[in-house]
Formats: sequence, C-alpha cells, structure tokens
Amino acid sequence: MLVVDPHGDLVRINRAARTLLPGAGHGDSLHDVVPSWLSDAHQRLVRRQGDASSVAPPSGAIDERLFEAHASASADGDVVWWLVDDTGRHLAEQALHTAQERTDILAQVSSALLSTLNADRCMEMAAAMAAEHMAEAAVVLSPPHGRRHTLTYAVRGGPATRVNRQIDPRGVPGLSEALQGFPPVPARWINPDDIPDWLLPDGFSAAGSVIVTPLPGHGVPAGALVLLRSSTDKGFSEGEEIFARLFAARAGAALSAARLYTEQAAITATLMRELLPPVLRRTHGVEYAAGYRPAKDNERVGGDFYDFHPAAEPTQETLVVLGDVAGKGLEAAVLTGKIRNTLHALLPLAADHQEVLDLLNGALLSSHHTRFATLVLASVSRRAGRVRLRLTSAGHLPPLVVRSGGEVEQVPTHGTLIGALPVVTARTVETTLAPGDTCLLYTDGITEARGGPLGDEFFGEPRLRRALAECAGLPAEAVVERVQMLASQWVGAGHHDDMATLAVGAPRTGPLTVVGGTARHPLPRSGR
Amino acid sequence: MTHPATTAEVRERLWEAVAAGDEYDAVRTVRAALADGTDEESLLLDVIAPVQHKVGEEWAADRFTVAQEHAATAINERVVAALAHHRHWDTGQRGRVTVACVDGEWHAFPARLVAEVLRLRGWRVDYLGAQTPTPHLIAHLHHTDPQAVLLSSSLPTHLPRAHSAITACQAVGVPVLAGGPAFGPGGRYARALGADLWAADAREAAAALEAGLARPAPSAVRQVVDDLPHLADQEYTMTVHSRGRLVKQTLTDLEDRFPAMRGYSDIQRERTAEDIAHIVDFLATALYVDDAEVFTAFLTWTAGILQARRVPARSLLAGLDALMEQARDFPRTLGLLQDGASAVRSHPVPRPDTRV
Repeated sequence: MLVVDPHGDLVRINRAARTLLPGAGHGDSLHDVVPSWLSDAHQRLVRRQGDASSVAPPSGAIDERLFEAHASASADGDVVWWLVDDTGRHLAEQALHTAQERTDILAQVSSALLSTLNADRCMEMAAAMAAEHMAEAAVVLSPPHGRRHTLTYAVRGGPATRVNRQIDPRGVPGLSEALQGFPPVPARWINPDDIPDWLLPDGFSAAGSVIVTPLPGHGVPAGALVLLRSSTDKGFSEGEEIFARLFAARAGAALSAARLYTEQAAITATLMRELLPPVLRRTHGVEYAAGYRPAKDNERVGGDFYDFHPAAEPTQETLVVLGDVAGKGLEAAVLTGKIRNTLHALLPLAADHQEVLDLLNGALLSSHHTRFATLVLASVSRRAGRVRLRLTSAGHLPPLVVRSGGEVEQVPTHGTLIGALPVVTARTVETTLAPGDTCLLYTDGITEARGGPLGDEFFGEPRLRRALAECAGLPAEAVVERVQMLASQWVGAGHHDDMATLAVGAPRTGPLTVVGGTARHPLPRSGR
Repeated sequence: MTHPATTAEVRERLWEAVAAGDEYDAVRTVRAALADGTDEESLLLDVIAPVQHKVGEEWAADRFTVAQEHAATAINERVVAALAHHRHWDTGQRGRVTVACVDGEWHAFPARLVAEVLRLRGWRVDYLGAQTPTPHLIAHLHHTDPQAVLLSSSLPTHLPRAHSAITACQAVGVPVLAGGPAFGPGGRYARALGADLWAADAREAAAALEAGLARPAPSAVRQVVDDLPHLADQEYTMTVHSRGRLVKQTLTDLEDRFPAMRGYSDIQRERTAEDIAHIVDFLATALYVDDAEVFTAFLTWTAGILQARRVPARSLLAGLDALMEQARDFPRTLGLLQDGASAVRSHPVPRPDTRV
C-alpha cells in the first residue's frame, strides 16, 4: 500500500510495499521509485480529481511480478494505492491460452492429415504445418526404402518440396534411433553444428536450434520429424518440446494409416490384375468388344466374367468366353479367375467344345468351391469376308445375333451348367455373320435389371431385342456400349447384379448406311 | 497459327466423312490437316468438337437415328484416338490432374477432349472416362494425389451425384473444376454445389489450371444441407422416392383425359411412361438445386424436340397438370410445375397439328 499526495510525492508506504520497492521512502517522488505505468496512472487519476470508478485498474510489472493497482481517495486529497499481486492469475491465463491454441492446432492437424490417405501428401501437410506452428522450417523423413528416404522440406509460408535420396541418418544425433522407432528416444535438442547440409531446406542457410522427434506409427515407425529455427535465442522451451511430441504422435498416426492403405491398395491391385476383365480388340478382321459393370460400385470384379484368346494365325479360331458364377463380389470373382485359368490351359482342345466343358466340369467338381457356373464358348474364324461362329452354351442364356438389316435371332444352343453334375451335355451351334452383323453374348444381369420408368419392371429379353434391332450395322464397340448403357439407365440409382456383355462383329465393308432405324424417341435418353 | 478458312474447310470435310460413317476418310482428314500445320489443339476444339456438337443437333432435329448418332460419335472418338496416337513428345511436366465424368454420365466425349487438350499443354492426365463411380474416383485420388479433378457432366439430372462427388473430392483435399452443360448457364449450379471453379470450355479449364487452384481446406468438411439448406423441406427426397408411383398415377390420369391412349401398344405406353419419368427426374433436379431454370429449360427443349417429331406440346401440359394434382401438399414442387407449364405455353408453336 502506498499513499501519494496530489503532487506525486509518497506520503506513506507500508512494510509489504517497502519489501517490493526497497529504495522508496517518505517524501520520495513516486516517479522515481515506481515504474512509469503506476506513476502515469497516478497523474491521470489526479487530473480526474480522484474519480477512480470509471476506469479499469491499471496493471503492470514490478521487477518480475505483475500487479494490479486499485486506487481509493482519502479525505485530504491523497490517493491510497493498493497493489495486488496478479502474477499467478496472469500466468495461469497465459498457460490456458497457449493450451487452447495448441489444442486447436492439434485438432486442425488431425483433421487435415486424416483427410488424405496419400502418404506423400500426408508428409507434405505434416511438414508444412510443423513449420507453420512450431518452427521456421521442418523436415519429415520417411522410414528407409532400401537405403533411400523420402525427405519432405517445408519453410514457413512456402510450399513443401519432396526429394527421394540416399542419406546417412547416423550423421544426425538421434535421427537413426528416431527413424527406427527403437530404442524409444525423446524429442531431443541437438547441436546445430552437427546438422548436415542435406537436412536444411533450400533457402534456409544456418540452423540455430534443432529438435529431432520420432513419428510413432501403429506399431511400426512412421519416420522422423526435424524442427529448425534459425537463431539460437529462439530456442525450444520445454512446453514446446512437449507440444512437438504431441504433434508428432498425431502426424505419425495419420502417416502410418496412409502408408498402410497404400500398401493394401497395392496388394489389392496386384491380386486384382489377374481377375480384371481383359481388353478386347479387333483381331484377324473380326471386331470384339466387351463391357462390364460389377454389382457393387466400390468393387471392380464380380461373378460375371469374360475372356479372350486371340488366334495366333488368321486361319485359326479365336476363342471367347462369357459366363456367370453363382454369387457376386470378391468370392465369386476368385472362382471366375479359376475358370478362366482352366479354360486357358484347355485352349489346345478348343476345337471340341464338349470336351472342354467336360474337363472344366471335372476341375470344378473336384475343387473345394461349392459354386457352379454357366457360360458360353464361342470359337470365331473369318473366311472370305464372312465370320464363322461355333457357339456352345453351358446352362447360359443363348446368344443373340443382330443382322445388318435389323432382324434379331437367337442362336439355339443349350446345355447343362458347369460344376454341379457329373455329366455335362451341351449342343454346339454354328452360325455365320455377314458384314454388319453382330453376335451378342450377355449375362442375366442385363435382362434381370430391375427398374424402368415405373421402377419395378425387368429389362427383359424383348427390350434387349428391340435395343439390338436399333443397333443394326453399328460397330461391336457401340453395340456393347449401348446395351450396357440402356441396362444401367433402366436400373437408375437402384440395386443391380453384375452386368456383362461381349460382342463379336463382322466389320462392314463400305461406309455406314444405317438401315432399319427411324428416330423413335422424342425425349432425351439420359445419355445417348 | 490457325488459319480460319482452313479450319472451317477441315471442319466441313470432317463433317462429311462423319455423316457418311467413313472412319478412314475422317482420320485421313485430320491427319492431313495436322501435316499441313494446323495446330492440334485447334483441331480438337475448333474442328472435332463442333462436328460432334452438330451430331447431337442432327439427332435432336430428327435427321439422325440413334444408330447414326452412335456411329458418328464412335468415329469422332477414333479420330481423337488417332491424333493422340500420332503424338510423340513427352507430357506431364506441368503436374498431374484427373479428368472424370460424374457417375451415371455416359457422354464422355467432352471430357475426352479436355483430357487431350491438357495433355497437349503438358499436364499428366489420368482420364477415368464415362460414369466414374465416386468410390473409384476417391480411391484414385488417394493413390495419385492430383492437383485438381476436372468433373464433367452433360445432363442436369446427374447434379445430385455430381454434388456428392464434389464434396468427396474436396474432403480429401483435392479442388474440383466443374464443366459441361449440366452445370447450367454460366456454371451457376457448379457454384451452388460448392465446386471450386467452373470452366465454360477446354481452353478456359486449361487456363484455370495454369493459374493454379488452391486446395480446399480439408477441415471444412460439409454436409449436403450446408450447401443447399432448402433440402431440409424433404421435397426432393419425397419426389425421388415416389418416382415410380408418380409416373404410374400420371399415366392413369392421362388415359382418363385422352381415351385414345387406351389403345396404345405396350411399347407406346412405355415410351410415354419414360417421357413422364424424365419430367419427374428434371423436376427432382430443379428441387435439388432450387432453380426453376433446370426444369423450364428442359421442358422448352422437349417441346422443340416434340415439334420436330410433329407431336403437339398439349400432351406435355397435360402431363404437368396431372403431376400438379399429386403435388398439392408440396409448395416448392407445385411452384416449379407451374413455372414449367407457363414456359411450355409461351413456347412458340410454328404450325398447328391435329394429332395427339
């Protein structure tokens, strides 16, 4: 407590105040003994004639501590200043503010990093955010790939850059431990002189303070984070080191999720490659085209399949097959892979469809799969401008042929399905395609597509025939696209089964003159 | 670089080849123009694109059958492939982008042209083609981390699916540039659906990419109703869910009004049902974006198409009337149907017609 007269001289000073202001005594000028924030406040108060009610109490530092000064006027015009120590509250508020800020940052970091499952992008974001919030520059190092590491550099305010290079992490104290994730190392300060040039981002010349911290993943090391500040006086406080560890924990979790996803996606892609439908192309003067749409949008394969074995010589037969395994999804797709492999091996026997089917049936019966399949075999050859087809259906929907004049015929092949009974019977039928004719093999996903304008009707064979009649004279590719499109639009956004079509076409010789089509429909198809 | 007269001539020659269904002549024409020094981008955008546009116009005017239109488009696609095949230099030094059509969209040709133009300008382009399911698109983005997705859609009825694709791409931190007639005049629906940018054509798209697109803030994940608060009234959802019922009821009402319809064959009946279903689909889209323009533009266009096939607009009005009967409790739907009816009424009818 200090009592000060209107001229700014000390009238009284109590013991506590004397401890705080050891040089002060009665008669001293306030200006000489207290910091200016208090003497100025006194002058302002005197000018307002002692009315302290309307303003917030002044506050400021005396030595290392913070005080709030509350004034009360005494009767003789003197002012009594009560100094209240506010240091604790101030520190607490500051700590709270910092903590809130950091929580916000961590929440941002998490949602930003978890938004991507691309490991490179994840490292770029982690480096950029570390530079933004904790240092002037940051480097994220990936775990080694052989002896190479991916290094992602970021300088505050600039874009992240990425290089893949061979480095020796032992050149930086603590870095190889951090990269191995073992033995567990705390984030540690290291001597800036020990920093090799490759650890510095472009345009960041000399490091003053450096921290290396591991990025812990899900049981596997996710890499290391290096934080850099340019000058030594801006060192990292203990709180900042703790924050860096929290940041690293989040970044590490996100990064290892991204790496795990990338690995899994690569494995899936490799396994899937064998199951994906092949690409068909024009071979030995015959057009081939196929379309596939799996039942589930998030899958690429299902229980429908087709395959294509082009003949080595123009005089030999090309074998195409289209079929359907009971069930859908990945499990059915695995069996389609097996059937395709078996058929591939049986290719030399393709001159006799019955024998191929017998052997395939035996292979399926003796496997652990309990599913059965239906399929159509088509052996295709071309002679003197005409395409000869030998078609055999094993329990599958018979193929349709659309003539260039618009007539649609069913090929009367039929037989028993494969993989259910010890004996398969099937009838092979031959047909010939003149230029402009197309033969379509399809699965029941097309005819059993449910939807339409009323929402609950099957697409059905009559509609398929009408659609084909309109495709008279079109290239095989366009026939397939149109049938797939009409069936897809028929179901709309509704549920559907796998849908597969395969067309074999005899190319027309001259320019296209469309027969048998009159524009029939006034309203737009949802696609044409 | 480009000589206007030459471009027009090449365009005329290509159109003749495409209309005649002569693939070899079509490919020869553009290859010759390329050899004469016409630049490739100009061939794609000033020759091939207008020819493809004309194909659509010929179909709309009833001068092309569905089959002819398919054949013409297939030839144009082969022409583009032949150009791309001819290219020698490496591309990809500018960065990587993804070009895809919205799920359900089968018109891939415009997207294909954009992809080729961007390749010419030095981008590494992943072209995912027609009707890309959103889960595939997102998996692709995680895999490749492109600088942007160019999302194409021609028909407005795909806008709801385009919306979910746009928000999904942005949620993984990839900006979306929308393009195609579906996004409305001046790209107004692209903005309504929260796309980062809209481009009127391939050149504008290329310029926008060259200027650079900022990545969307990944933390700003949105829900559908954040962009389109009017969806809270559920009218869109109700319309989509009762589509089949609405079509059936309208069909019955029309038979009461026009007894002649009772003599329709199954195929004629189905065509009529499909036409009504289209009206309901566009109505639902207009409800989704809360803009009558989607609906009225579709109806006046349809009236034009009907005229080309000598069907009076009267049947269209009757259909709208029947739908209004069923939408009495839905103010937004009712308003749109009324806007639609007045748009059809004010559509000029050039010649009287006696048939229903």
